[in-house]
Order: sequence, then C-alpha cells, then structure tokens
Amino acid sequence: MELAEILFLAFASIAVVTAIFTVISRSPVISALFLVINFGALSGLYLLLSAQFLSVVQVIVYAGAIMVLFLFVLMLLRPEKEDKYFVVNRKMKIFAVIVGLFLFGQLAFAIFASDIGQTVSIESSRSEQIGKIAYIGENLYTTYLFPFEAIAFVLLVATIGAIVISKKKLD
Amino acid sequence: MIQLDYFLLLSAFMFIVGTIGVLTRRNAIVVFMSIELMLNSANLTFVAYSSFFGDVVGQLFVFFVMAVAAAEVAVGLAIIIAIFRNKLTVNIDEINILKW
Repeated sequence: MELAEILFLAFASIAVVTAIFTVISRSPVISALFLVINFGALSGLYLLLSAQFLSVVQVIVYAGAIMVLFLFVLMLLRPEKEDKYFVVNRKMKIFAVIVGLFLFGQLAFAIFASDIGQTVSIESSRSEQIGKIAYIGENLYTTYLFPFEAIAFVLLVATIGAIVISKKKLD
Repeated sequence: MIQLDYFLLLSAFMFIVGTIGVLTRRNAIVVFMSIELMLNSANLTFVAYSSFFGDVVGQLFVFFVMAVAAAEVAVGLAIIIAIFRNKLTVNIDEINILKW
C-alpha cells in the first residue's frame, strides 16, 4: 500500500467517525470539539488532493475562526441547561436515519453508475500547480475579480448585520 | 492511486450524516454545526473534482463557499443570540413564532 492510500484511509476514517460523533453526542460542546477534529481531517484530505492553499485556509477559517465563534456562543448560552429538552424521540430518529440511508444509497448508486471515477486519474504535476497560492491568487485577481469583490461586500454586510441583530432587542 | 470515487463516497457519507443531524437534533447550535458539516462535504467534492480534472475553478469556488459560510455563521449565531434573549431557549421545537 502506498503512503497516499494509508493517509487517505486514516484521514477518511477520522472524518467519518468524528462526523458521526458530532451528530450523536449529547453535549453541544463535545459536538463542537469533534467538529474541529473533522475539519482537521478534511484539511489533511485537501493536502492529499494537493490543494495546499485551501488546506491552510480550512484550518485558519473553519477550525480557527468559525469554531471559536461556535464555542463562544455555546459558552454564552449555557448549553447544559438545555439538556432536559433532549427527550428521546425514537420514532423520528429512526425515520431520519432511514431517510438518510436511502439518500446515501441513491448518491452511492449515482457515483458507481457513472464511470467518471475510472476514466479520470490525477495528474500530480498539474494538480500541484493549480493548488499553489500563486496560481489561485492569479486567477482570483484577474478572471474572478468581480466575485471576489462581491464576497468582500457580503462579508462586510454580514459583519454589520451580526452586530445589529445581536444588539437590538426583538419584540 | 486513490480513485475519485472514494472521495465522492466519503463526501456523500458526510453530507448524509449532516442531514441526519439537521433532522434529529433539537439544539439550534448543533443544527448549525450539522449544516457546516454538509457545506464541508460539498467543499470536499469540489476540491476532489478540481484536483482530478486539473481545473482551478473548483478550488476558487470552495474559497467563496468558505467566505459565505463564515458570513452565514456570523449572522446565524447572532440570530440565535437574539432569539435566546427573547425566549431563553435554543430548542427549535419551542421557537415557533413564525408558525401560522
């Protein structure tokens, strides 16, 4: 077995297990911590796909900024008080799992029915070139300049909106 | 060499786990985390296709998705804080003031 395959298996199993634990663990803080590990495993998978820039951004933005925001709000809202609301609604959970497995079957069927996985193979020189920050930046500031500016405006609006919403008292 | 199928299957599985989380959990913040899980699985699909086809557009799109996700989390958590101030709960079964 190659090193890449071993790494893929390791990162993929970490991602799967932590995703499941994020959903099933009772305490929201534990969920958030499992989600951080999941984001770390995804960052490793991006590295395996030689997307270096996105791998670093995943750690900084998701595992850093977004999860800090989640944990901050969780600590602020005293999540342990909510524990009594988690009444076991067994019927609904079983139904949700059945729906999920059905959807997964559909997706897996679609993936295996198309022969795209067998026909394409990764060209390591090409994919290493496009994952680099220089290549991404070059494309971002020339061809995709307008979406880039638009996303900057979206972030500005979201910042102002978050401040306004959390400040005002709704009634 | 790892096939594209494996990345797609992993991404599909993570998406389904996120879906089940949205359907079963009652804490609004955990529902948000499950949505993040689904966004990330879509990102993994984008990066896998981008790397296998040698096209940079998929990775640029993931960059934009990350920015939108950051904005979404900021606004969503602000809404949750505002609701918690009013109703003193984040249980989505009790937040039904928009229900007709």
